[in-house]
Amino acid sequence: MQSSGNKFVGLWQKLFGDPIRAFGVVSVLFLISLAIAPAKNRFSEWGHYQKGYVRLIRGRGEAVTLQRHFQSGIQQIWLPDLGVVDRCTTCHVGQKEASLIDVSTQPFRRHPVIPHTSEQMGCVICHRGQGPATTVEEAHRSTLAWEQPILPARYIESSCGQCHRAPLTGTPQLNEGHRLLTRYGCVHCHTVKQPDGNSLKATDDPPSLSHIADKTTRQWVFAWLKDPQAYAASATMPNFKLSDNDARDISAFLIANSTPIPDDTASNSSPAQKAAPDPTAGASLYGESFCASCHAVQNAAGNVVGGDVGPELTRIGTKAKPEWLQAWIRNPRIYDPGTEMPHYRFTDQQAAVLTGFLQAKADPDLLANVHLDAATPEQIAHGKTLVTEFGCASCHEISGIKKPENFAPELTRIGSKPSKQPRAFGAGLKMPQYSFNPAQIDALTTQLLSFTDRAQSVPNSLAVAATPASNYQPAGKAGQLMNDLACFSCHAINGRGGNMAPDLTWEGSSVQRKWLEDFLRNPNTLRPALIRRMPKFNLTNEEISTLSDYIMTVYQTPAFERDSMPESGYSSAQVEQGRQLFYSKYACQSCHIVDPKADKGYIGPTLTQVGARLNAAWIYHWMKNPQALRPGTGEPNRNMSDDDARGLTAFMMSQKGSGKQEAKK
Amino acid sequence: MTRQLAIQIGLVCLALACSGCNRKYGTAQLAPAPSKYGTAIVESSGGKQIAAAGTTLPQPVIVQVNDEQGNAVTGAAVQFGGPAGVVFDPQNGITDSSGQLSSNVSLGPQAGRYQISAATITKDKKVVEVKLEEIALGYQQILGRQLNDQYCSRCHDPESTPERVSNYDNLAVKPHPFTEGETLNKMSDEDLAAIIGHGGPALNKSPLMPPYGYTLSKTDIQALISYIRTVSDPPYRVPGIVYAQK
Repeated sequence: MQSSGNKFVGLWQKLFGDPIRAFGVVSVLFLISLAIAPAKNRFSEWGHYQKGYVRLIRGRGEAVTLQRHFQSGIQQIWLPDLGVVDRCTTCHVGQKEASLIDVSTQPFRRHPVIPHTSEQMGCVICHRGQGPATTVEEAHRSTLAWEQPILPARYIESSCGQCHRAPLTGTPQLNEGHRLLTRYGCVHCHTVKQPDGNSLKATDDPPSLSHIADKTTRQWVFAWLKDPQAYAASATMPNFKLSDNDARDISAFLIANSTPIPDDTASNSSPAQKAAPDPTAGASLYGESFCASCHAVQNAAGNVVGGDVGPELTRIGTKAKPEWLQAWIRNPRIYDPGTEMPHYRFTDQQAAVLTGFLQAKADPDLLANVHLDAATPEQIAHGKTLVTEFGCASCHEISGIKKPENFAPELTRIGSKPSKQPRAFGAGLKMPQYSFNPAQIDALTTQLLSFTDRAQSVPNSLAVAATPASNYQPAGKAGQLMNDLACFSCHAINGRGGNMAPDLTWEGSSVQRKWLEDFLRNPNTLRPALIRRMPKFNLTNEEISTLSDYIMTVYQTPAFERDSMPESGYSSAQVEQGRQLFYSKYACQSCHIVDPKADKGYIGPTLTQVGARLNAAWIYHWMKNPQALRPGTGEPNRNMSDDDARGLTAFMMSQKGSGKQEAKK
Repeated sequence: MTRQLAIQIGLVCLALACSGCNRKYGTAQLAPAPSKYGTAIVESSGGKQIAAAGTTLPQPVIVQVNDEQGNAVTGAAVQFGGPAGVVFDPQNGITDSSGQLSSNVSLGPQAGRYQISAATITKDKKVVEVKLEEIALGYQQILGRQLNDQYCSRCHDPESTPERVSNYDNLAVKPHPFTEGETLNKMSDEDLAAIIGHGGPALNKSPLMPPYGYTLSKTDIQALISYIRTVSDPPYRVPGIVYAQK
C-alpha cells in the first residue's frame, strides 16, 4: 500500500511538478478528449455501413447518380404528428434507389414498392423497432432500454391494419385474420374496441341452447362437448378439453335446463311422417334445393365439400331428432327466429323425404362409447357452475344464465403488449383449443398485432375508416318475406348481406319484371360455370308478386332513368352494327354466349335470352361502365362511345331467346 | 493486490466475451446419425410453390432418398439448406419408412426466388443434393396476385376446378399462362402495360384480350406486371442492369 502511494506521488511529481510540463500534459489530455467525438463517429457502426455503401456503388454504371443521392452522416426522418423519429435510413442508405434491384445484402437492399414513402410514414410505423437508435442491436432487437423489436416479415401486413380499418386488396393475410377473428367468435369473449369507438362484432351465430332437448340427445351433447371436431371437421366451436365428468355434468344441465318451444308443431303434432325409403328422391331434392351452397358434407375422399354458411351435415343423423329435423326443414324460423336458413315452402311429403335423406347421414361410432346414467341434481347443479365458469353464455343463449361481461381479456391493444410478460394476458387459462392450421394462426396473429397503441392514436387525417356495418331492413310485407326467405344470407342489399349471390341493391333498374317473376317461380342459372345457385323456394303467386313489386319499385339506381332507352323497336341495321361490335371490336364472345352453337365463353352470364331479362337502359349504362354499376365485377370498363353502347344495346335487346324471332329476321 | 485485481478484471472480461460469443453463435442443430445411406436424393413434392415473403409455404417440402436401384432408403440423413432468412422445420432428419422426409419451409423476408437444397450423405461420405425453387411475394406481387385472381386467371390459367372453372379451352386464340416465361420474358414492361391497358389489339394481338386501362389504375397494372415477372418460368431477368465491376 505504502509503495503504490509513493509511486502515485512520484508520477504526479513527474507530470505536474513543473508548471510548463503541467500545461503540456493538460493540453494533451484536452486534445485527446476533443478527439473522442470524431473518433466515435469514425469508428461507429453506421459509419462502417456508409463506407460499405460507397464501395458498393462505386463500381456501378449509375454510380454518379447514386453518389449524388448519397448523404453521409446520421439521417433522420422526423414526423411530429406521428411521433416518428427514425434514423434507419442512416444505414439503409439505398432503400429508395430503384436501380439497386439486384443488391440482396442488407442494409443496402432497395425497399420493395409499396403505396407509401418513408418521408410520409417513416419506418417504425410499419416495421417497429427503435427509430432513434443508431446501432444495429438497439434498433432491431429489444434491449434493456428499448422494448420494441423489429416485426418479422411474416406479420408485416398487421401494420397496414393500424390505419386501414376496411379490408385492403393488398393484404390478404390481414383480411383473413379479420375474418377468422369474427367468424370463429373470438370477439364474443374478447372485446376489441376499434378506434372509432365501436366494438368488433362476431359474424357467427352460435345457436341458442334454451331448447336444445327438442333438437338432440344428451349423448350427442356429451360427445360434442368432448370434441366438436370429431362430429364435424369444420365445426367452429373450439375444444374445451373437458374431463368426462365435466362433460357429463354440463350435458345434464343443458338438457335439464331446456324448455320445449311452445308453438313448435313438431313436438305436439303426430309423430313425424314416415319418409318413403327412396334415397334418390332425397338426394335429388337436396341437390335441387342447393342445400350444398350453405352446408358442407364430407365425401368419400375425406374432403369437406360445400358452403360454410350453415353447419356441416356429414353426421346430422346422429345429432338431430327426426321430429325436430322435419319441423326445422318445414320452417326453421319457429325454432330459431334469427336463423340464416331460408324458409323453403316444402310440402309435408318433401320435408319427410329430406328428413329421411338427412337421417341416413349418421355415424353410429360417434355415440357408441357414450353411456350416461340418469342425471342427478348434484350433477345438474355442478353443470350449471361449469357453464358459468367456462362462459358458455358468452356465445350461446342459455335460459337462466346471463351473458357475462368482459369474460376474457380485452384485445384492443394486444399488439403492443410486450411478449416478454405472459402475465399481461391475465392469470386464468380458460381459453379453449381451436383447430387452426399454421396459415390461419399466422393470419390471426397478423390481425391481433394490428391492434396497437398506435392504431388507437392515429391522426384522423391518416385513418381509413371501415365501412360501417349496415342494418338495412326492407319494409312492409316484402321485408317480412325477405327475412323469412333469408335473402340476406346470400345477397347483399344496401351494404347488408352475404356475398355468395349478386348484390341486389339496384336489381329493379337491372331486370324486366316478367323475367323476375319467372325467375322467382323457377330459378334457372345464368352462369353455366357456377355451382352455387339460387334455390327454388316454392313461392305462391301472391308472394312472387309482392316481392317483384317491391324489388321493381325500391331497388332502383338514381344514376339513370329506367325508361330512358326503348325496350324494342331497334332497326335491323342497329342490331347488325351491334353484332359486328360484339364479335369483332369488343370480342365479347370470349366470355359470353349469344349463339350456343358457335360461342363458347362461359365466364360471364349466357346472353341468349338477355333481351327478355335485362332492362335496355341498364344494358346501355353497363356497356358504358360496368364497374360503376357493380364495382369489382369481372367485366372491364371499355370506355365505349355512346354509339357503340347503343348498337350493342340494340343487339342485346334482340336476343329474346325463343329462336323463332331470329328466324323471322 | 494489484495482480489479484487484474486477474479478477481479466476473468470478468473473459466471462463477458464468452457470453457474447454464446449469444452470437448459438448451439447448432445437431444432425441425428443415419442408420442407412442412399446414393441419390430427389424431390417428391413441394417445389415451385408461391407464398408471401416471410410466411410458411402452403405445402411442406418432401424429398426422398434412393439407392442405386432407385428404391427408397429408410433411415438416411437429410439436411435442408437455403439462403439467409429461410427457416426449415425441421432443418434435418432421418427418412421415414417410405424413404421420405418432410419439412415446413418459411421463406425469407425479401420477395423473389429462393433456391433451397436438400442433401444426404452417401456411404463413401460424398454429399449429394437436390435443388428446389420457391417463390416469395412482396406487397406488390401480392396485390398483383389478387388482381390476377379477380380479372385474369379465369382465362390465363388453364387449370380448371369445380370452384373456379377455366375459360382457357373456350378461347379461339389461347392466352399465355403467366408462367410461360419463354414468351412473356421477351416482352418489356412497357409492352405488358400496353397490352393490359389497351387490350390485345395494342400489340397487334387478339381482341379477345380486353383493355383494362379504364378498370385498373397504373399502380394496379404495375403490380400485375411485377406478379407476372415473379412467377414466370424460366425466371425473368431484369434487362439493362450494369452489374458491379470487379
